[in-house]
This record gives sequence, C-alpha cells and structure tokens, in this order.
Amino acid sequence: MWEYTDKVKEHFLNPKNTGEIENPDAVAEVGSIACGDALKLTMKLDENKKIVDAKFKTFGCASAIASASALTEILKGKTIEEAEKITNQDIADYLGGLPPEKMHCSVLGQEALEKAIENYRGVSHKKPEEVIVCACFGVTGGEIERAIRQNHLTSIEEVTNYTKAGGGCGNCHEKIQEIIDRVYETRERQEKPIERPKLSNLQKIRMIEETIENEIRPSLKHDGGDIELVDVVGNRVLVAMRGACATCQASQATMKGFVQAKLQEFVAPELLVEEVAS
Amino acid sequence: MRTIYLDNNATTMVAQEVVEEMLPFLHEYYGNPSSMHTFGGQVAHSILKARQKIASLLGADLDEIIFTSCGTESDNTAIMSGLSSNPGKNHIITSRVEHPAVKVLCENLAHKGYRVTLLPVDSEGRLDMAEYEASLTPDTAVVSIMWANNETGVIFPVEEAARLAHEKGILFHTDAVQAIGKIPVNMKENSIDMLSLSGHKLHAPKGVGVLYVRKGTRFSPFLTGGHQEKGRRGGTENVPGIVALGKACELAAVNMEKENTHVRALRDRLENELLKAIPQSKVNGTREARLPNTVNISFEFIEGESILLLMDQFGICASSGSACTSGSLQPSHVLRAMGVPYTMAHGSIRFSLSVYNTAEDVDAVIKELPPIIEKLRVLSPYWATSQGACATA
Repeated sequence: MWEYTDKVKEHFLNPKNTGEIENPDAVAEVGSIACGDALKLTMKLDENKKIVDAKFKTFGCASAIASASALTEILKGKTIEEAEKITNQDIADYLGGLPPEKMHCSVLGQEALEKAIENYRGVSHKKPEEVIVCACFGVTGGEIERAIRQNHLTSIEEVTNYTKAGGGCGNCHEKIQEIIDRVYETRERQEKPIERPKLSNLQKIRMIEETIENEIRPSLKHDGGDIELVDVVGNRVLVAMRGACATCQASQATMKGFVQAKLQEFVAPELLVEEVAS
Repeated sequence: MRTIYLDNNATTMVAQEVVEEMLPFLHEYYGNPSSMHTFGGQVAHSILKARQKIASLLGADLDEIIFTSCGTESDNTAIMSGLSSNPGKNHIITSRVEHPAVKVLCENLAHKGYRVTLLPVDSEGRLDMAEYEASLTPDTAVVSIMWANNETGVIFPVEEAARLAHEKGILFHTDAVQAIGKIPVNMKENSIDMLSLSGHKLHAPKGVGVLYVRKGTRFSPFLTGGHQEKGRRGGTENVPGIVALGKACELAAVNMEKENTHVRALRDRLENELLKAIPQSKVNGTREARLPNTVNISFEFIEGESILLLMDQFGICASSGSACTSGSLQPSHVLRAMGVPYTMAHGSIRFSLSVYNTAEDVDAVIKELPPIIEKLRVLSPYWATSQGACATA
C-alpha cells in the first residue's frame, strides 16, 4: 500500500472543485486512458485575468485525484501570471509530498495548467519540433528535459517516476539517458578533461570487456536483452545480441547509439561496433 | 470497523485449529527433528504425521512430498530441476499469465539463452491447447503451466496438458498454489510430474510450501546442504509451519465441499448483483472453468486503486489489476494477455473469498460498491463522453 499523506487522503476522499465549468475561459485535457491517468481542467477568469473558479475531472489513482484537487485549490484567486509560475513541485508540496513513484500525478497537473493557460491566450499547444521519446506513454523530449531540470532528476528511474517515460517497453531508456546526459553535460565537461593513454591490444580488449560488463550489459538486461563480445579486429568491435535484443527492432539503434557510444566513451573514441551473427 | 476480507488469493487467515496445532511447536516441542535425543526425535514424528495429511489431500505417496519455504521456492526448484535433469535440452514452455514466481524465472532463463515459449490465452483467459501441443518439441526440457490463475481464477486443463507432454517424454510441472484446497486434486489420477503449493493460500501460515515430485522423476535439489527431505531440500525444517500445513490440508479435505457450495454461492451472488447494479461492468475470465472463490470484474472508465482505497473506507479488502496498484505503469500482465482493453483493465477488481466469508460480507460489498463506482465515474472525464456517445448511437 502507498504511503499517502493525510492531505493526499483528504483530497482523494473529499476532492474539491470537481466537475466542469460551463462556458469556461480556459480548458485543457491531458493524459489518456492507456496511460492510466487523465485530467480535464476548466477555469473561469475575471476581467483582471484573475482565476475566479477552477474545476477538474480525473481518471486515475488516488494521488492523481488529489493532485488535481490540490491544483484547483492553489489556482483559485491567482492571476494568470501567478498561475504560470506554479510547478509540479508546488502541487506535491501542497499535499505534503507524494510517493516518488507517484510524482507523475503532479506533473500531469502542471501540464494541464500550462495547456489551459495556452488555451486561454489562444496560443497553439502544438510544438511541431517536439519529438515523442516514449511511445508507450506519449512523452516528448521537451517534457522529459523540463522534468529533469525542474526536479534535478539524474536517473532513468526518476524520469519514469515523474513523467512515466520509460515505464512501458523500455525501448526509450537510452534516449532518456541521452537527455539526462545532455542536461548535465556542460557541467561535467568543465569538471574533467579526458586524457587517454595509448592502449595495447590486450589492454583494449580487457577494457572493452569491462565496459560491456559494467556499463552496457546491466542496461540491456534491464530490457531483457544481452550482448556477447565475439572478437576485436583493430578498431572494429564484433558483438552478438542476445535475449530480447536479438529480436528487438530497435537493436540497431541500440548498437550505434548506446553500445558504440559507451565503448567510445570508456575505451577509445575510434572504436566502431558491428553486429555479427553468432 | 469490521474487516471484510475478500482477498484470499493474496493470502488467507490462519485457521484457529491450525494455530492451536502449531503453537506447541514454538515453545514446547522446539527440538530439532534431526537430533538423536527423544526430545528432538518426537518432532520428526510430527513432521511425518503432517506429511501423511498433505499426501492424503493430494493423493500422493509420502516420498513425493518435499517441504519448502514457499510457493516461489517450489516453482523455482521444479523448473531448475527440470532443466538440470535434461541436459542438452534448451526449451521451456510456459504461459503468458503465470505468477511472477514462474514468469520472472523464465524471463531470466531466456536471457541466459534458453528458448522460452509463452503460450497465449484467449479473451476469456483460456489456454490455446492447439498451440500448446504444437510447441512441444524434442528440444523441450520442461513445461510449467499453472493449475488455476491467481487473478481471474480460470482453471487450465493441466492434466490433459501433462498427458500430451508425456506422450513426447517431456517433464510437466504445475504451479497449483491457487488450486490446492479449492478444487479436488488427485495425483493418482494424472501424470503431472511436479506440483507446487503454498501454505498461506489455504489457511496455514506464510513461510511453508510443498513441492510434489512424482516417484521416478529425476530431481536435483535447489537448496543443498543438510540431509533434510532425503537430501532433496537442505535446511532445518520449519516445524511449526509444516505441522500447520498438515492441519490445514486436513481441514481443506473436509472444507472442499463447502468451498464448492457455500463459497461458490456467495461468489456467484456477489458477481451477479454487482453486474446487475453497475452498468458497463464485465467479468474477466471464463465462467465455465473457474475457481469457486474468485471473481475478477472490470468497471469501465475508472481506475482500480481509487476503487480499492474507497472500499478500504468500509473495511473491504480486495485487489486490482490496475497499473497504479502493481507498482509498475502497466496494468496486469494477465489482463493484457487476454486483450482486455485499457478502459477496462485499469478498472479491474479481484474479489477472492474463503470459507470464512459470510452473506453479510457479500451484502456489504453489494451495498457499498455501486455508489463508489458512481462517485468515481462522475469524476472521470471519460464517463460523460461515453454516455453521450451511447445516447446518440
């Protein structure tokens, strides 16, 4: 059973501001049934751009209902400019905190609010440059990046807790990792310039094996796959994919985007990975 | 507040008779059954008596009963033994709807290079027997298919499946954790090689299980060490648990008829009244072959955790196959294997009864659940839309 705060329980058992405002000035729908939670937010504003009423409808678990109820309570009486500054953390704080696995409920609230504000201003929500990273839950790279920055997330697991991205088939884990890496990249670069000694063949093979064992295999295993080092010919690393990876259509992307990147990072930048039949 | 416990497929209350039977073995007869002295030796005799009771419930011989710590250990032992006693064979057959004790083990074995066939089920949760038969190959080391599904209660034709496996000389294991004590099982009348059961599902305490291994089946132990269980399972015996399981099996033999009349009648009334009172609700799993105590029912357009927590306000205990209750983000693998749509899968609730449930328990759910469903549907953004769609259709 989840450890919900009394405040979460209170807002779940007796949610405030349920329903829909007729002729609303702002409306937003986020989430979907497939994702397991969805939220419809409607707001009424006065001539001073102040939110005089906010109502919600939610499909979801106790914390999704409580988060939406909390959001509407926070919103009432705020101007649109003040509302714009509300983050998912504000919603979680209002409830005295949420279990880590349930933080995505507060993120859903923030998304609904943003979309509602855009709707009020008549701005299109659609951002054509946004690419879906997690196909299972329809999460875009921008949404993931913002969750990472706002909440200082450092692992795939945390990103899943906040955005659901990566919580389904797991095919997008490397892409999520890339986004995490990108966000923290500038900081790390300043920290340590990399110097690489020249490797003997034997050293190189040992380092490749170590990198596969420590850096690559755990991630693949997490998705039900595996990898086997077949041979090393010059700078060509010959590998065979195993388990789920052997049949996974994304395995080519895994080879180039993940395996090769890791080997280049930890062993030598000139390495090229090739998949061979075993 | 009175607890209305309808989650007996998760775990059961330890029967009063069982508690009384096991208590003396905690502080009075605490000897080690392997000891030479009379004080310890008398405990060995109590284990023998428990073994007789369990063998009697299963229609098994004494030598065919191995005590373990739980259903998961029994499942793991059976499958690993099946593989190591068939060296060179690389194929495992199981179903998509197994308990994690089998499912995760088989997934791990697949990563290690074993070929694993996951048999599909139809929308009613029934096994595709034609596909099963076709998947039996000379390469197959072991088949593991559950006797009854924990989420839907659907009973699989494991005796027939075992017969088909044997025609091809293939070892057959069944996870019967949900079946034992609820439906009659007689190992003298089938050819199943190995069977797992768990004490806490039939009113014994947690921490004791059994692996049945048919005489003549090649076996290699999972836990090695001591000589206990004739060297087939090392580790000092959980004497109170074993004595308790013996008593629980004795009671199960007596209560089986009640399970199939009293419990079945309560379950049927609960199911029928809920379906009548709540529109857009549907039972998951065929009603033709199902455990008498289980009903899995979906309520469209709402989410299971919310239903459970609102029922909790009335002391009603049940389970859900929704994503939020599983700790993962996907709804139950069983309902997904059955192709239950997301609108239904997230709102699934499992009620599982026992002989200790009363008409009042069922009445309470019939009274309290419909307003809970109504409350959540009013809150759901999909409910009004779906109703509008129905009205115009």
